[in-house]
Amino acid sequence: MSAEPIWFRLPPPPTEVPRAPERPAPRAVELTIDGASVAVPEGATLLEACRSIGIDTPTLCYLENLTPVNVCRVCVVEVEGLRTLVPACSRTVEPGMVVQTDSERVRHSRRMVLEFLASSVDVSTAPDLRRYAERYGAEPGRYGPTAATVAQPVKVDNELYVRDYAKCILCYRCVEACGTDAQNTFAIAVAGRGFEARISTEFAVPLPDSACVYCGNCIGVCPTGALMFRSEHEMRAAGTWDEARQARTDTICPYCGVGCTLTLHVQDGEIVKVTSPLDHEVTAGHLCIKGRFGWAFVGKRGE
Amino acid sequence: MDLRIVGPLATAVERAAVDGVLGPPESGWHGGVRDARLEGHVAYGGYAARERRHLLLPALHAVNDRVGWISQGALGYICQRLTVPPADAYGVASFYALFSLTPRPPVVAQVCDDVACLVQGAEAVCAELERTLGPAGTPTAAGRATWQRSPCLGLCERAPAAMVRVAGEEPRETVLAPADAAAVADELATRGGPTGDRAPSAPPIPQAGDPSLRLLRRAGRVDPESLDEYRAHGGYEALRRSLEIGPEAVIREVIDSKLLGRGGAAFPAGRKWEAVAHAAARPHELVCNADESEPGTFKDRLLMEADPFAVVEAMTIAGIATGCERGFLYIRGEYPLALERLERAIAQARSHGFLGDDVMGHGVRFEIEIRRGAGAYICGEETALFNSIEGRRGEPRNKPPFPTQAGLFGRPTVVNNVETLVNVLDIVREGAAAYVAIGTAGSTGTKLFAVSGQVERPGLYEVPFGTPLRSLLDLAGGVAGGRQLGAILLGGAAGTFVTEAQLDTPLAFETLRAVGATLGSGVVLVFDESADLAAVVARIARFFRDESCGQCVPCRVGTVRQEEALARYVRARGDGPGGEVRMEIEAELIGEIGRVMRDASICGLGQTASNAVESAIAAGLLETPA
Ligand SMILES: Cc1cc2nc3c(=O)[nH]c(=O)nc-3n(C[C@H](O)[C@H](O)[C@H](O)COP(=O)(O)O)c2cc1C
Ligand code: SF4
Ligand code: SF4
Ligand code: FES
Ligand code: FES
Repeated sequence: MSAEPIWFRLPPPPTEVPRAPERPAPRAVELTIDGASVAVPEGATLLEACRSIGIDTPTLCYLENLTPVNVCRVCVVEVEGLRTLVPACSRTVEPGMVVQTDSERVRHSRRMVLEFLASSVDVSTAPDLRRYAERYGAEPGRYGPTAATVAQPVKVDNELYVRDYAKCILCYRCVEACGTDAQNTFAIAVAGRGFEARISTEFAVPLPDSACVYCGNCIGVCPTGALMFRSEHEMRAAGTWDEARQARTDTICPYCGVGCTLTLHVQDGEIVKVTSPLDHEVTAGHLCIKGRFGWAFVGKRGE
Repeated sequence: MDLRIVGPLATAVERAAVDGVLGPPESGWHGGVRDARLEGHVAYGGYAARERRHLLLPALHAVNDRVGWISQGALGYICQRLTVPPADAYGVASFYALFSLTPRPPVVAQVCDDVACLVQGAEAVCAELERTLGPAGTPTAAGRATWQRSPCLGLCERAPAAMVRVAGEEPRETVLAPADAAAVADELATRGGPTGDRAPSAPPIPQAGDPSLRLLRRAGRVDPESLDEYRAHGGYEALRRSLEIGPEAVIREVIDSKLLGRGGAAFPAGRKWEAVAHAAARPHELVCNADESEPGTFKDRLLMEADPFAVVEAMTIAGIATGCERGFLYIRGEYPLALERLERAIAQARSHGFLGDDVMGHGVRFEIEIRRGAGAYICGEETALFNSIEGRRGEPRNKPPFPTQAGLFGRPTVVNNVETLVNVLDIVREGAAAYVAIGTAGSTGTKLFAVSGQVERPGLYEVPFGTPLRSLLDLAGGVAGGRQLGAILLGGAAGTFVTEAQLDTPLAFETLRAVGATLGSGVVLVFDESADLAAVVARIARFFRDESCGQCVPCRVGTVRQEEALARYVRARGDGPGGEVRMEIEAELIGEIGRVMRDASICGLGQTASNAVESAIAAGLLETPA
């Protein structure tokens, strides 16, 4: 039957899908951390090496789904032969490195960094930072009541989230999430310099006048609660925020075909905020405005 | 990239200023006239746009120089032209002290209140200005002018210094040094005269003409604006020889000369050159660091003003030896005369075949581009400087990777200080063997010292390494008025205080390191015994607080805490035994703050921010009020 029109032809039977060529396993690098010898793949960071043997290294600006900026310096470790301490989160391992993660020098730097932050920033909603501060014996009070702080009024300029830069430790995470690490919107950047440096839109315009698309990925990465769902901010103000009463339920976003996993934080039968797991292969923790904020309808059944 | 640019539009004047740097817009896409045929069919961005991001800083300068400040409309227009997100560009513009993002009068007097000027009466000048014109920032002269305090202007040999910057169609800068309040007020009232130097130019190079001078051989004797004169005095002999012997031999000479960097870190120049010359990645980049903003430093300025062709020739040699086809000269924003002379020198060199596609007929290409800083000490740090040229915030990068691996635009980069480069001329001309005969075994050659403060003949001095500090002080006529020495701040704000007891230390990298001091960039700031060192040290602490880029916590917050603790220390003086206890507590706290800044800061600014403060306390210089 040669007259069979071409568009009726069935697709050819499936052949074997070509497999990706085998890659050589990365070479192992051996080093010594706190007296123990460790082998990790080439290219790993000191933080990864520390974690592989169960050493809990504090981090604030580092997050698995962002490019390390190594600015907070709370993760510093001592490497034999180097003049200064090095940030574990971004320094890659080298063969034969001899690393101390709990020397007096390291503890001093970590304690001071945490004291500096806790004495200049409102850390009331930064649980990790407070935990580390306690671990390293930080005494923020010793800088006195007149120590300069970044205190300033909270910015409430839209329906979805608030920005309380009095709580900002300038970890750059939100800038990265808004920029090339996730959203590519570039609505915010660090402006100013030194102690006066702030996260800001251009000319500090309100968010609705900026390029912000309300994906809320900055909230997702903020370690201090400086960026917060409006719902959470208002419940905290009203004294009704209670994480102990909240259940977390994973579900799939109903909006589009990407199928992001949403973690719904539910208190008293109401969704109070939405996150996504950092290690999720589709989202890497990032969402869009619909998944992040578009759940008001859920509570409006029957209205 | 999807830009969202809202708010007011740029004025015609602002657009013209930007177009002056970027050329006219090519389409409606980036701010030009919309073409109905093309609308919706052209896009602009990606690599083409990112390639031009390095023009962000020049474009910001253009608006600031034309209007006196950068409006939201002007910034939006620049963003549209370069496809840079407005928030990002705002972050860059707000990094620099010379730019204003709020309305500001076109005429601005910057009055230096930094250390050298402080001991020469800068506070009196500021107080008088406050009395007559109102607090810093107040508009005066019918809203056309204002004054501001400024960190060191690099004019310390003529302290107290001021500079008047006039924005307009023909932006100009006028130096007033030594300055008094009446002269500043007068300059503001007349809205600035022509570019130039209002002060009778006392020779700032007291040794001028001395046959033993090498780096300053031509300074003050040869017309800095004439290529012919330069060539008549040995100019371009070194480039000729370097083209004859070839890049490998030039690098060999520089390595053998043991030339150490003069920008502060004392790194062997030859090793840097070799690493870049052999780097496989292409192209390579060359940067001449002329950002010089360390309080008390003015050596590179005088070198560039007095012998600009030497800087151009040295850059050409370095560039060709290391496989670069262009070099950037990053000059401090407040050096108008040096800038003017360098621009002229580059143009002359180009028209005579010393720059361009066929340097001296040898078939090699080399060009020089000048970039102006905009008031940020941190941009002298090499990796911050790269970011600044690239149109980003001048935040230092983490190292590794080092500049020789991934520097400017991520390419293998040689970065050297002006003085380092000028040394290469003699090294190539006379050979490394002759060069190492000068100086000490560890520090070869001669060194420029910027001597200022309470000294009889402040100015720029050149002596061989190994010269005792005392001899240098004698050369400068000793402490002003024959008074007793109080202390010397050696190495600038990032340096340390030394006293009478250390005056016999030879000035060399290794000898100073051994006594816990540093040469830094060659600052020698002299204070007599009556100087208020507490005020000096407080000013240094403020300098670091103001100049920290703010990126890392130890420095961003540490410099603030250091300033606060120092103020408490000073206040506790003379408060009886209770005061002494408090002084001890604060001194200990300052030590703890210094330690974390030294250990955990990203860059040299934070790492050295406590040097002067701690050394002053350790030497007991602040214990009793002056
Ligand atoms: C805060 C800071 C400021 C600096 N400022 C300058 C400067 O103004 N000029 C300069 O040549 N080097 C400066 N440096 C040193 C540069 O980082 C770099 O080491 C130098 O330009 C390399 O050139 P050299 O090897 O010829 O000295 C500075 C370093 C730091 C940490
Ligand atoms: S707002 Fe949050 S995420 Fe952004 S810099 Fe501040 S602390 Fe970090
Ligand atoms: S040490 Fe200071 S200047 Fe250097 S990166 Fe850190 S904050 Fe910026
Ligand atoms: S976590 Fe490493 S520097 Fe912030
Ligand atoms: S010009 Fe004033 S201190 Fe240098």
